[in-house]
Amino acid sequence: MSNYYESEDLKKFGDIGQHAKALADDFFRYYANVTGTDGALSKREKALIALAVSHAQKCPYCIDAYTTQCLETGANPEQMMEAVHVAAVMQAGITLVHSVQMQNHLKKLVL
Amino acid sequence: MNAVFPIRVLEEKSKYDFAGLLRAHGIELPPVSIDTLQVNITKLCNQVCRHCHVDASPSRTEKLSPAGVAKCLEILERHPQIANLDITGGAPELHPGFDAFVEKAVALGKHVMVRHNLTVQLDGNPQTGENKEYLPGFFARNGVEVISSLPYYQEFFTDAQRGSGVFKKSIEAMQRLNREGFGVAGSGLVLNLVYNPVGAYLPAAQAGLEADYKRELKDKFGLVFNGLYTITNMPINRFRLHLEKSGQYEAYMEKLLAAFNPAAAAGVMCRSLISVGHDGRIYDCDFNQMLEMDAVDGRGRPLSIFDFDFDRALARRIRFDDHCLGCTAGAGSSCGGATA
Repeated sequence: MSNYYESEDLKKFGDIGQHAKALADDFFRYYANVTGTDGALSKREKALIALAVSHAQKCPYCIDAYTTQCLETGANPEQMMEAVHVAAVMQAGITLVHSVQMQNHLKKLVL
Repeated sequence: MNAVFPIRVLEEKSKYDFAGLLRAHGIELPPVSIDTLQVNITKLCNQVCRHCHVDASPSRTEKLSPAGVAKCLEILERHPQIANLDITGGAPELHPGFDAFVEKAVALGKHVMVRHNLTVQLDGNPQTGENKEYLPGFFARNGVEVISSLPYYQEFFTDAQRGSGVFKKSIEAMQRLNREGFGVAGSGLVLNLVYNPVGAYLPAAQAGLEADYKRELKDKFGLVFNGLYTITNMPINRFRLHLEKSGQYEAYMEKLLAAFNPAAAAGVMCRSLISVGHDGRIYDCDFNQMLEMDAVDGRGRPLSIFDFDFDRALARRIRFDDHCLGCTAGAGSSCGGATA
């Protein structure tokens, strides 16, 4: 293997059960219950959240998987791009809100 | 040099063996009725959609002969159990005998469905220039059920699949149908829409998507319609070529296979209709027709409208192949939408 993140590897997700099957089974059951059903949130809303998280976490497997899942739950490109902007603005906000810590420390250090 | 020994060609079993899948699940799918005669009367179309399983286009010339149309009407008249005529194409309205075919089938008391692509109202006949703006009024006078493709309630997906400018024309055509009463509560005139994915993915759940369509089309364009049918793209002809060229064929077939749903299989449309081609040959469905997989009777003889025998057709064994996975994936797919 010459590269990280081969798209073909997405199909091997189930292989995480090797050497730890019971834990993987627990995870996949939890995963299916959370993402695979309509609950208080619809499957489409969950897919859009997952798409945003995929971008925030920079996971190419997840971006491919949840782009498809968004389409298969009836989402459109505008909704998908807005979800990515939510991820982007949260990351920007998280960076910027830490400037309060900088300001606090600045005030402490400076006469 | 010629081979000395006869070469025995072994037919390679497909890795997407649909018939084997049915056997593995203990599912038998014999015909249960023939309540619909679906007739593909022409491959001529004013559009060139990227997913079209018919490979229809403005340059196609195949069409059902006048004798073929007469034979279909005779079959409908002789068999009260065939309650529905489903006319498709191409754009079926471009067949020169379309109007008379509809009127005569309606006079026989049949429920007539027309697979109407909307834009033909505005584009007319690409070969003759014949105007087709009369269609909404014609449909209304004959009380036909209009079934129209609209891949999404937005321009982006619709034009990506059906061609630039199609969305705007489709909206205008729907407005004309609404003005005649189609889709309007209490009118008795039915307008159903068809969604199919604009690429290599499965349709969203039909009920939720129908609610989205109704809300968005009403809010943005003041449009109304009755129901939405979700249909899966079949991996044949033009769409298969796209899948192969874009390196997605294997992944799409694996997706269909992984989503196999026995409940959807039980409701496949080939169990209750027969499909007629432009040359009068009979098929189990419009997809088999495009693959030239003739329906055959118990002795392997191809079925045709020209020697039609209802019992022989009903006793046929439905022919399946890899593409049938498209009708059994997820919530299922048929000309009437989801099946499970």
